[in-house]
Amino acid sequence: MSNDVLVLAEHQEGRLLETSFELLGKARELADAWGGKVVAVLLGAPDAAAELSAADSVVSCEHPSLAGYNPEAYERALVEILRERDPRLVLFSTTTAGLDLSGAVSVHLRAALVSYVVALSAEGDNALATARIYGGKLLAEVELSGPRSVGAVISGSFPAAFGRAGGTPEVARVDLGHVLGDLRITVTSVVAPEAGDVDITAAELLVSVGRGIGSKDNIELVEELADALGAPLAASRPVVDQGWLPKSRQVGKSGHTVKPKVYLMLGISGAPEHLEGMADAELVIACNTDPAAPVFDVADYGTTLDLFDIADELTRAVKA
Amino acid sequence: MRVVVALKQIPDLVEELELASGGTDVDREFLKFVLNEFDDQALEEALCLKESAGGEVTVVAFDEPDADRTLYTALAKGADRAVKLVGVGEGWLSGHRRAGLLASFLGNAAFDLVLTGVQAADDLDGQLPALLGARAGLPHVSVVVRVELDGPRAKVSQELGGGTVAEEEVQLPAVLGIQTARQAPRYVSISRYREIQQAGGIEEVEIQSSADEPDTYRLRRLFPPDTAGHAEMLTGTPAEVAERIAELIRSKGLVKS
Repeated sequence: MSNDVLVLAEHQEGRLLETSFELLGKARELADAWGGKVVAVLLGAPDAAAELSAADSVVSCEHPSLAGYNPEAYERALVEILRERDPRLVLFSTTTAGLDLSGAVSVHLRAALVSYVVALSAEGDNALATARIYGGKLLAEVELSGPRSVGAVISGSFPAAFGRAGGTPEVARVDLGHVLGDLRITVTSVVAPEAGDVDITAAELLVSVGRGIGSKDNIELVEELADALGAPLAASRPVVDQGWLPKSRQVGKSGHTVKPKVYLMLGISGAPEHLEGMADAELVIACNTDPAAPVFDVADYGTTLDLFDIADELTRAVKA
Repeated sequence: MRVVVALKQIPDLVEELELASGGTDVDREFLKFVLNEFDDQALEEALCLKESAGGEVTVVAFDEPDADRTLYTALAKGADRAVKLVGVGEGWLSGHRRAGLLASFLGNAAFDLVLTGVQAADDLDGQLPALLGARAGLPHVSVVVRVELDGPRAKVSQELGGGTVAEEEVQLPAVLGIQTARQAPRYVSISRYREIQQAGGIEEVEIQSSADEPDTYRLRRLFPPDTAGHAEMLTGTPAEVAERIAELIRSKGLVKS
């Protein structure tokens, strides 16, 4: 066992994700506390190694199967690297790759795992993680005392700035061709999102509806409000899954990231995946009949009145 | 095509979550439990696969609160077999234990594909698709939004975030974590449900309990989030609250007064 903290540096076509820097900054803090090193793993995209300056070392691996994200190739490469480096803590983000890999790695290495982490600190020789559970209605405090642990962190939990500081990491290029043959998963293509009917990412004011809308017929009622406000209508995942609004309107982890000046949320409970997509909105107003809905922990203003009453009255107020 | 769908009961998050004494679990005695919504999507996708390609759908759940209702509902929707895994005991079942027990169930089952929800609200120690895939030594893909069968392979669409989707071919048998089925989960009429329930048909399978969670992991406590950052609540009649909201929007210069 070492006192090292290892981070998967995720990228899309060579561009490092913001979350990679968030993890690196936290890894730096923990490794310093434990007297270990920060190791970043970079699969594909060798040119991005220099940007991982907060790490002490970068393990970089290139292989045709790692050119893009392949869940199985990533898993095999990571397990191989982890067996060799034996860090005490491995950090992922709760991205798609994080969901594929954190659990698998914890099983292969017999390491403890905490998912949906929002806070993490060193407590003597141990790690103390706080994780979101039950849609953010509760937090869980978990102690990790063993020689090997894995954390999957909700993006936006740690500042990225700490992960951008530093010097020149030592880069170790490794050849893992021997574990990357006979893959059972093949990536045939990667499809970028189609341009939507409206660009919700450019809007300064967004009216966003969630499950509380109840049925497709009710969309009309909030559309009337959105029209009166001159704002596009956005939605959380359940509304899009039901087919009530097109995918181009979805805000959140699997949809768009938006940064409007005002984000008006109607009938959205505030699942972490949704909040991830609107964390940078300037002013957030939430309407939800459940006073304990997690959305009220991120909103600036809130009301528990019925969303249809509010939509109706607000339409009237702005038309007046 | 033999598809197994793993279903999980979770507390209905619409309700207030009370903690049990000890503070490390929710109060399971008084809470209402429902099927994990992503598992419902997985079930729908499995039923669609059966309708388009033929085969058999087996749903499997642990003996958790209201699991019978979920299993009968699945049978009423068109699942062929419903299995309840018993003998595990009560209380929150960690993801690692759940995956270990399901892997041993699968070891005695004939199947081509396992579908389950991409995540659940109580996945404190990880998500089932990856835990189970790794435990059972099967290829696994999470955040799947489309599945098509193509001989010994499944063609799947995996969301990578921000709307980007990877198209992948996965050799069967495999475990897929479903985010969204191709259509909204179907409903079952109460009369159909009653008919199925009266016929019975849930098979109980005794499952060996084992410790799969490393003992270096300790849940200290569950607690509600700090409400210091809580929203300022607007009160009054709908007209008054709406007027306040209109003012707030105007204060950002976005709507003409």
